[in-house]
Amino acid sequence: MFQVRIHGRGGQGVVTAAELLSAAAFAGGLWSQAFPSFGSERTGAPVVAYCRIDDHEIRTREPVVEPDALIVQDVTLIHQVDLFAGLKPEGYVLMNSGRSFEELGLGDLVLRLPRDHMLNVPATELALKHTGRPVPNAVLLGGLAAVSGVVPLDAVRDAITQRFTGSVAEANVAAAQEAYDFVKNEEGVLAHASPD
Amino acid sequence: MLRQIEGSRAVAEVVSMCRPEVVCAYPISPQTHIIEAVGRKVKSGELAPCEFINVESEFAAMSVSIGASAAGARAYTATASQGLLFMIEAVFNAAGLGLPIVMTLANRAIGAPINIWNDHSDAMAVRDSGWVQLFAETNQDAADLHIQAFRLAEEVSLPVMVCMDGYVLTHAVERVDLPGQQEVDSFLPPYVPRQVLDPSEPVSIGAMVGPEAFEEVRYLAHVRQLQALELIPEVAGEFAEHFGRPAGGFVRPYRTEGAETIVVAMGSVLGTIKDTVDALREKGTAVGVLGITSFRPFPGAALRDGLAGAKRVVVVEKAFSIGFGGVLSTDVAMALTGLSIPVSTVVAGLGGRPIMGKSLAAVFVDADHGRLGELTFLDLRKDLIDKELARMADRRRSGPTAENVLRDAQSVLPSLT
Amino acid sequence: MTDDAPAIARAVGTGARTTPGDSPVGQPVKFYQVGSFAAGNRLLDEAHRSVQSTLGRTNSLTSGHRACQGCGEALGARYALDAAMRAAQGRMAVVNATGCLEVFSTPYPETSWQIPWLHSLFGNAPAVATGVAAAYRAKGRDDVRVVGQAGDGGTVDIGFGCLSGMFERNDDVLFICYDNEAYMNTGVQRSGATPPGARTATTEAIGREPGNPFGQGKDMPRLAMAHQIPYVATATVAELHDLEAKVEKAMSLRGARYIHLFVPCPLGWGSAPHDTIRLARLVKECGLFPVFEAEHGEVTSVSKIRRQVPVEDYLRLQTRYRHLFGSSEPGGSEGRPDIVERIQRIADANIRRLGLLDETLDEGPPPDGSGGGLSDRAAAGVL
Repeated sequence: MFQVRIHGRGGQGVVTAAELLSAAAFAGGLWSQAFPSFGSERTGAPVVAYCRIDDHEIRTREPVVEPDALIVQDVTLIHQVDLFAGLKPEGYVLMNSGRSFEELGLGDLVLRLPRDHMLNVPATELALKHTGRPVPNAVLLGGLAAVSGVVPLDAVRDAITQRFTGSVAEANVAAAQEAYDFVKNEEGVLAHASPD
Repeated sequence: MLRQIEGSRAVAEVVSMCRPEVVCAYPISPQTHIIEAVGRKVKSGELAPCEFINVESEFAAMSVSIGASAAGARAYTATASQGLLFMIEAVFNAAGLGLPIVMTLANRAIGAPINIWNDHSDAMAVRDSGWVQLFAETNQDAADLHIQAFRLAEEVSLPVMVCMDGYVLTHAVERVDLPGQQEVDSFLPPYVPRQVLDPSEPVSIGAMVGPEAFEEVRYLAHVRQLQALELIPEVAGEFAEHFGRPAGGFVRPYRTEGAETIVVAMGSVLGTIKDTVDALREKGTAVGVLGITSFRPFPGAALRDGLAGAKRVVVVEKAFSIGFGGVLSTDVAMALTGLSIPVSTVVAGLGGRPIMGKSLAAVFVDADHGRLGELTFLDLRKDLIDKELARMADRRRSGPTAENVLRDAQSVLPSLT
Repeated sequence: MTDDAPAIARAVGTGARTTPGDSPVGQPVKFYQVGSFAAGNRLLDEAHRSVQSTLGRTNSLTSGHRACQGCGEALGARYALDAAMRAAQGRMAVVNATGCLEVFSTPYPETSWQIPWLHSLFGNAPAVATGVAAAYRAKGRDDVRVVGQAGDGGTVDIGFGCLSGMFERNDDVLFICYDNEAYMNTGVQRSGATPPGARTATTEAIGREPGNPFGQGKDMPRLAMAHQIPYVATATVAELHDLEAKVEKAMSLRGARYIHLFVPCPLGWGSAPHDTIRLARLVKECGLFPVFEAEHGEVTSVSKIRRQVPVEDYLRLQTRYRHLFGSSEPGGSEGRPDIVERIQRIADANIRRLGLLDETLDEGPPPDGSGGGLSDRAAAGVL
């Protein structure tokens, strides 16, 4: 089972991200389960959503406490929420930021995880560029597809076009594609920098 | 058709396929997504003929449903928690009048303290109302139970409540096999009421009954619940044949063969329990689980059969009777009368407290070793309890308990693991 | 046990029967006043006669019920519903709130209702009526009309939320309030429709301000008007022809309609059963209960006072106001003329506001600034 925890704030499409990811997994013939950590609907409040993916029926209803991957849609949560609680030693971290982990004060984390499992993607910028709205959720899923391979980019694209229509769908697909390419490129740089 | 869909939306899809003619909506979390989706179907004309009525309260929601059902329409509504309590007078009335209304209950805790998250306190509060109460384990289950609910309700002229865990199921997106309209149509015939407000044959419905006949009328309500008890497995069997998958029925055993400890529970927690049972079985602990689908009518005989081989029974329930203990456990113990199988109650998941497999495993192991007490509160933070008790002992004006405990809880954040 | 139909519904349902579209044929229509042609205006030209004077009347609420002698509610309900039945051509269902009318009409195992009738709860009759109307609409039976009815408690107090919701959605229901100004079914306790000064079991005639306090209560017809519903009317059981006409008018319209009917209660008011009609006439003639019609929130007609009488003439007939009047016995109380005077001012304000006397017609707001638009209950506080 592959478990993802997505952190963000109300209005950033955190729950939608988990649902899109589950739809992408479903499209690939897998079982998946997406659910929010629920609260009253308020814009700006910290929000958590989860997605589990497996090749057989998922029965547990626990929240995801030991994620295989973390998506952080808003880095201002770093000092507010215990973002990395329970993260597995081989886990993935994808953050919405143009800065490095060291710049974000997360140098310790870099030492804990495999270096190519951690990436920052300027997802809000990419979202603004393609969609005109600062909603980074679909963009980061493109990034997750690239960094973890848990779902192929095609499936993410399908999930986006099923959920949204017209130009919104197109723009989000393009943004996810660019995030995917961005991550693949970053991985290449990392691989080049540390060829072990 | 297989869909990756939110539980609420799945329920809205099947409810619409059941062709309700009057749907009432009053919003309350976590029921909202269901009625919103049904409302869209009515507004778009996809579900027709159907009157979708935005009422001013849950009391009105159930009252409108009563009027609609008495006038011969198939009536549906949904609620949760405080909403159920606000309509409770009409809930009893609908059952007393024998009106086959179907209602989704998106199970949620009851305040004070106000809490929007899941437990079963709401369903338990109307346990004795005369409604049939079915509990869904998964969203597939929730969808399937609604189709059966209309059949059951109309065949025995009783209202049916389909209970699905708020948020845990209503807001979870997962795989659901949705039937086609024709499949539902051929399973669910049009509603033919036993009693109806018909100008061509006027009847009085809802007259006052005094001591000379009240007991008999009440007894007949019980008889209809017993009829439902006979009908539930029949409908479930027919459903399985018709739709090609099992759903409904009384109880669902999982790895109970050879189990010394059998866990009993209702609703979505069964999934986590099954995973826990698998893990414990791997380690050699002889534990199994029996899920209850039909809480009212209570399938005492089926439960007795299912549990007869156990050395002990652990009931995990998301509600309790304050000042007493387990609610479901009491019924289970009654079903086991004379079998000398001890029943332990584990109260878990109140107000949305996550029920963790690890915690359950520890409790089941305790039970297996004969160490589990009669009443256990899972993951109860005794430090918080002790602090507040000390505060209350210390001074008269100790302040509001909920606020005190919350303040203490936030000063030391617990780890979920 | 093979027959599991609700015993009560079967038992009470076996009484009256009608054939589709026809008026009920359950039993012959009785005229109780013998030796007179006055009953039901049978001396009038046929076109002007009341529904009650016709042999074709439904007798919706038929004889044999257990209402008290002189019950204004029973009389009002029979007139109103028969008129509605005629307007609906016999296709109608009624939803009844808990209360006297419900209890005295359906003593188990009998029923006095010859029309489809449903009782659910005290506070939900408007919502239940909405549900019935919705069901007929969904079934393509728009021809079947729906009437909801309740006493004043079931209307202005416990049923107010549901009524307001029904009004606000403009559901296709005629709702009739039988206002006898207190909770009579439970033993005469105060409601939000109890007038100031009146004694009830929970507003006893004791203390500095005996009876129900001034400045409380709801002006339900005007609250109904504030919902901008198609039709609101008030009526009394003294003017039954007027009542029938208003019911017919209401039935000619669709959407939410409201009739507030003044029905004296001999038991609760301490009045003589034979004074029921008299009291209903006096309450209008003194100005305490304005009789008018309104459409979409605007008053469209008022029923003029024919011969104004002081409120005292109305109050003195009821022991619920006895404490306001002195006793001629030696050492007897002097009464409370000041309170009678306050009640008179309420009546006067109603007369001014609605132009209930010809000479005050079209007068502007009263010079004393006492509200210029308040009827008895609501005005009580500021006068």
